[in-house]
Parts: sequence; structure tokens; C-alpha cells
Amino acid sequence: MIVTANIPGFSGNQSALNPTGAGAAHTEHTFALIFWITSIVYCLVMIVLVIAVFRHRHSLDTLPEPQTTTDPGDRFAAKAVGGAMVVTVVLLFVMLIGSFLTSRALGKMNNEPAMTINIYGHQWWWEVEYPNDEPYKYVRTANEIHVPIGVSLHIHGTSRDVIHSFWAPNVHGKRDFMPGYETDVVMRVDQPGRWRGQCAEYCGEQHAHMSFYMVAESKSEFQKWLADQAQSANPPLNAQTIHGQQVFLTHACVMCHTVRGSTAASRVGPDLTHLASRATIAAGMLPNTTGNLAGWIMNAQAIKPGSRMPPNQMSGTDLQDLLAYLETLL
Amino acid sequence: MKCPLPFALVPFLLLASGCKREQRVFDPGANDSRVAESVPLNEVHVGNSGSPPANLKYQESAYAVSEGKRLYMAYNCVGCHMHGGGGIGPALMDAEWIYGSKLEQIHSDIVQGRPNGMPSFQGRIPDYQVWEIASYVRSLSGQLPSDIAPSRSDEMPVAKAEQARKKEHPSDESPQKIQKAP
Repeated sequence: MIVTANIPGFSGNQSALNPTGAGAAHTEHTFALIFWITSIVYCLVMIVLVIAVFRHRHSLDTLPEPQTTTDPGDRFAAKAVGGAMVVTVVLLFVMLIGSFLTSRALGKMNNEPAMTINIYGHQWWWEVEYPNDEPYKYVRTANEIHVPIGVSLHIHGTSRDVIHSFWAPNVHGKRDFMPGYETDVVMRVDQPGRWRGQCAEYCGEQHAHMSFYMVAESKSEFQKWLADQAQSANPPLNAQTIHGQQVFLTHACVMCHTVRGSTAASRVGPDLTHLASRATIAAGMLPNTTGNLAGWIMNAQAIKPGSRMPPNQMSGTDLQDLLAYLETLL
Repeated sequence: MKCPLPFALVPFLLLASGCKREQRVFDPGANDSRVAESVPLNEVHVGNSGSPPANLKYQESAYAVSEGKRLYMAYNCVGCHMHGGGGIGPALMDAEWIYGSKLEQIHSDIVQGRPNGMPSFQGRIPDYQVWEIASYVRSLSGQLPSDIAPSRSDEMPVAKAEQARKKEHPSDESPQKIQKAP
């Protein structure tokens, strides 16, 4: 905000210079402090250098006069150099203390009481869990992290395969998720909106397509969303969607995906209980439309080569019915 | 002649039980008319060997075999066969192969299922994944060359890497000799 709010390209989504969360704001303050101090000092040094060069210029035809020194001149030089050194040391300390205060503020956030969200990095998508003491209210979704604004969020994360890094630049700094090691960080989102984030640690072929959205909304909207997500999937009601569910349960889908309320309960791939309520598929890669979903089911390898989704050959009728069923999973 | 009546009934009862057996189906339907496609567990064939060829290209790719290792966990083979040591299901890292040690035999074990617990994965997983899993299963007992067998695990390793295992020698490894009549 302070530095570049008005410069196009720096003020938008997925930018650390447009903080919408408490952690990113702290970091951005330090960035602004260091940016302005170093920029001003750089400009001053350049101005002094240009003046010095200009004052001591001479023609190429004549030899330069030998340098002469005078006592008052030496004293002035000593004072100027000494003064600049003192200013430099003071400014370095200002930046040091600024940086220290930022770390302290970020560290303090970790002590706040916070709502826990579990996030697991997979090749190449994010599994999101909202734990609850009552098991039937446990919510599991993928790539779309709904959060209430102004509430501290305890992100408890790890990786299911290789090292990933969780980074929503508008909200907080990045956090590495290591396999076999659990990471905890507290963050807070203060502005409603869809804040895009991405994996920030190279993790294989589709690293660049491993994105997610932090959907920040008011507390009441969030509670409603959470209650909806805790429900089992809508049962299929007409002949087409009933057949679609049969296709789902008798094809490869059932090997990896969960649809709560049906016999599909595998946790290899994303939970599809409320697939139709999500705005994107394939970890933020494609808008969640019928056409994209059809392409993704038939041959995901053409869209996201290397992803864990195998090609699924089926007849046109089966596919249409399956799509109709998936679209009822609101 | 004692009790002539029961004795007289016996042939009729036998005939009655044979009624169903004598029912003749001339048209078994298109589905049943296809040539039976499975894998012989024996070297001796009637006529030429008509078994589908083994899809060896997966067994020759280290990537495919390591994908097989991942799928072995993902599809919960590990739940019964453990990491090769066996438990609910038989061990896969030894030299004992109930249904044969060849790639295509393991493929049909997975697709068809086997009695006493091995479920059929027919129609549930793409064929290429079955070949990948079958290739990995062979690496568990050191059947694959060390440049193809996996060298590491995503989980904490519980046994020697597949790559470093000594090759087991299943009894069906060399072709059976057909015994000559004396």
C-alpha cells in the first residue's frame, strides 16, 4: 500500500505489496521502511557523486592539477565522512530494529487463540480440512480455503509427498510444508475477497499449476458455508443422475475420490462431496464448467501432464450422466 | 428283494436331479461367445498358446515401476500384502507364487481377483496402472534389474530397497519339463 499502491501490476491479487492480511501488512511495512531508506540514501549518494565529478572536471588537453590539501579542508572532509558514517550506522540500526519488530509482531500472532485449518500439500493440489470435535461435522475440501475475515487462523500443514510451500502473498509470508514434519503458522485475513496463492517450492512437473484461493468472507457467510460443507452430498434424484452415480461408483473414480453419503471414500484425490460449489478444478487451473470437467475426466493427462488423474474412457452417455451427477454435488 | 419301492424310486430320483443338467443352451450370447482370455498357469497348452501377450514396456521403465509403487499404496494393496512381507494376504517378496510369477499372471491376479480375499479390480483401474502395479510387485522379490526397481520410499523405509534385494527364484521360473512316458 505504502510503496506501490498506485503502480499498476503491483497492487492486484497475488501480490505481497497489496497486503490484505495482518502478516503480509507487517512484512510490507518492513519492506517499505527498507525500500524508502535505501532509495533515498542511493539518490543522495548519486547526487553527491555527480556534484563531485562535475566540480573536479577538466579538459583532456591539460594535465590535472596536483591535489592540494588544506587544514580546514581536511577537517571538513573528516567531519563529512564521520557524519555520513554515523548516519549510515543509525539507519542500519533503524532497519535492524524495524525488522526485529516485524518478526516480533509475526511471532506474537502465533500466540493468539485461533481457528485451526489443516492443509496438506499433494502433487499437485491442496487438501483442506476443517477439524471438528464432532466427527460428522468434519469438513474436507480442496484448493479453496474459505476463511472468516478478522479471525486468527491456525494453519497446521504438512506435505503428503515432496516439499511444498504454502504462499498466499496478500495474506502472509510463505511457509514450507515438509513430508513427515508438521508446520504451524497463524495468519489473519482482514479484507473480503478471493486471494490467490500458489506453491512456492518447486515440486515437480505441475508445480506451476498448484494454486489455491483463500476465500475471505464475513463470519456469518463463513459459518453458513461451513455448515453446508459438513452436509453429506446431495443424493441423486432423477434417472440420469442416479445412473451418473452408478458410473462414478463402478469406474476408476471411486478408487481415489470421496463423495460423503455414498460408498466412495478414498482419500487419494480431492474430496468431491461438494465439487460443484468450488469455482475451479485441477488446483485453480480451470474454471469449474461442464466442458472443462468433461475434458478433465476423459484425459486429464492432456491438460495437466503427470498429474495423478488417469485417463478415463467411457461412453458418451455414461460421461453425460456422470457430469450431470457431479453438477448436483453442490 | 427287500423294500422294492425305495429301490424302484432311485433311478427316477436320479433322473429328476439331472433335469437341469440336461438343459441345452445353444446360444450362449455374444458376451460368452468370446474366446476366454486369461493367463495359463501351466506351460502345457492345448494347441498354440493363445494367452494375451505381457505388456512388458512398463516393466522396462523405472518411472512406471515407481508409479506402481505409489499405486500399491494408493489402492491399498499394502493393507493386506504389507510392504511385501504379507499379513492378511500372502507375502510378495519370497519365492512362493500361488498363481505364477510372470508379469501377465500377476496382471490377471489383480484384474480377476483370487479366492480367499483378493478382490477383483476389473473395470476399476485403467489397464496401464495394473501393468505398473504388476511390474512393481515383481520388483518386491528382486525380479527386476536394479536400474529399474525403486531405490527409495516416500514413507519411512521398513525393508531393504527393492533395488537392493536379492533375486528370489520362484519354482515356475524355468519352463517345466514335460515328462516323457516311460
